[in-house]
Amino acid sequence: MKSMYLAFLAIGVVAVLASVGLGYVGFSAQDMTSSSNVRLSQ
Amino acid sequence: MTAKPFLRMLVTTLALAVAPLAATAQTTAATTAATTVAPDRSATGGATTLQDILERQKGLQVDDSYRSDALGDPAHAAPITNPLGSLGGVSQADDWRALRYNKADVTVSSHGPASDVLIQDSGMTWLKFRQGPLATYGGWALIGMLGLLAVFYAIRGKIRVDGELTGRKILRFASVERFAHWLLGGAFILLGLTGLFQLFGRLFIIPLIGHEAFSPMAVAGKWVHNNVAWAFMIGLVMVIVLWTAHNIPNKHDLKWLSVAGGLFSKGVHPPAKKFNAGQKIIFWAVVVLGISISVSGLSLLFPFQMPLFAATFEHLNAWGLPQAVGLGELPTQLAPQTEMQLAQIWHAIIAFAFIAIILAHIYLGSVGMQGAFDAMGSGEVDEQWAKEHHGLWLAEVKAKQSKTE
Repeated sequence: MKSMYLAFLAIGVVAVLASVGLGYVGFSAQDMTSSSNVRLSQ
Repeated sequence: MTAKPFLRMLVTTLALAVAPLAATAQTTAATTAATTVAPDRSATGGATTLQDILERQKGLQVDDSYRSDALGDPAHAAPITNPLGSLGGVSQADDWRALRYNKADVTVSSHGPASDVLIQDSGMTWLKFRQGPLATYGGWALIGMLGLLAVFYAIRGKIRVDGELTGRKILRFASVERFAHWLLGGAFILLGLTGLFQLFGRLFIIPLIGHEAFSPMAVAGKWVHNNVAWAFMIGLVMVIVLWTAHNIPNKHDLKWLSVAGGLFSKGVHPPAKKFNAGQKIIFWAVVVLGISISVSGLSLLFPFQMPLFAATFEHLNAWGLPQAVGLGELPTQLAPQTEMQLAQIWHAIIAFAFIAIILAHIYLGSVGMQGAFDAMGSGEVDEQWAKEHHGLWLAEVKAKQSKTE
């Protein structure tokens, strides 16, 4: 059963790493999908 | 049949299923095949007629190229000294039509891939489909599968080992295989639950707990869905690498299928290697659906960066398949938002099929069959269990063991 519990732990670790990693590289889906009339050019 | 034509046929079949959506969600100027004779528009000066309106109200497809192509005529603009000459041959109505059909040469000061699409109206079609047929048929498909499994359990009961258990254990799945399985399976369950929560939350959860309580749960569910997806994809790759070789069809599969694997009759144990034909069907379903749901999921995770459908429709049109089934040419110019809407619908359709199949897998791997869970739990099964369900594999393992001793 160790493999099963290890896999469940890995799911959590991968999810946190993915979230932190995408944030670290500056990716934001919210920015991508913001409507044009509220996102003004920098 | 070699792999390439089979894969092509599969992709085509799947894509054709979503084609009607694309046709209705299309917002650009691609001409759709009219199902009726084009009316005489001379009386309206080329504008919409009563017949157009009536046909649209009946839900018939109307060839609206008379609007989408009426974008003015700058080449023959009236002299600037004439009345309306200063418009340059393009009226305000022409401008609005150009915006409506995404044909306007728009320059915007904001950033973002979809920021120059000013009018996009397929969102309503998407919303109606998502809340209507998708939720209705998808929900009933899952309930139907649960019902079938309940009926099967009532009739057949738990599939037990027919012979006497020997007490001798044999390793069926190594730890890395079990890890991959549970990484994929655990992630799938989380993704399935959070996906269903997002789709049915408004319908079933909000009436129970209210908007205020639902909101943080929906936000948390979205975070889980978006980020656990990576574990799912890693698990999928691991499973493909570990098990593809064991899931190549062989002659024993036909015999297994001919007696339905003995699932419906006691004492019937067709020979099988490491995986029987039923497990191979599940495996290939997981591979095909898993890749499809991952690709469409990535398209949704990275909005507007991975448009899939226009390119797919172009290939389908080139093969002539949509035309062959009476759909006409599928649109190959899709607004970025339409691409996302189609990706979401496709993602959800695949998810429902996937969940229904995995419900059957979970049933057989747990309450449905004695000893099945041990194979993925501890990794070890009783020799008698292996003899009845995977006799050829047991013989192979024993032959290897005797060679090494």
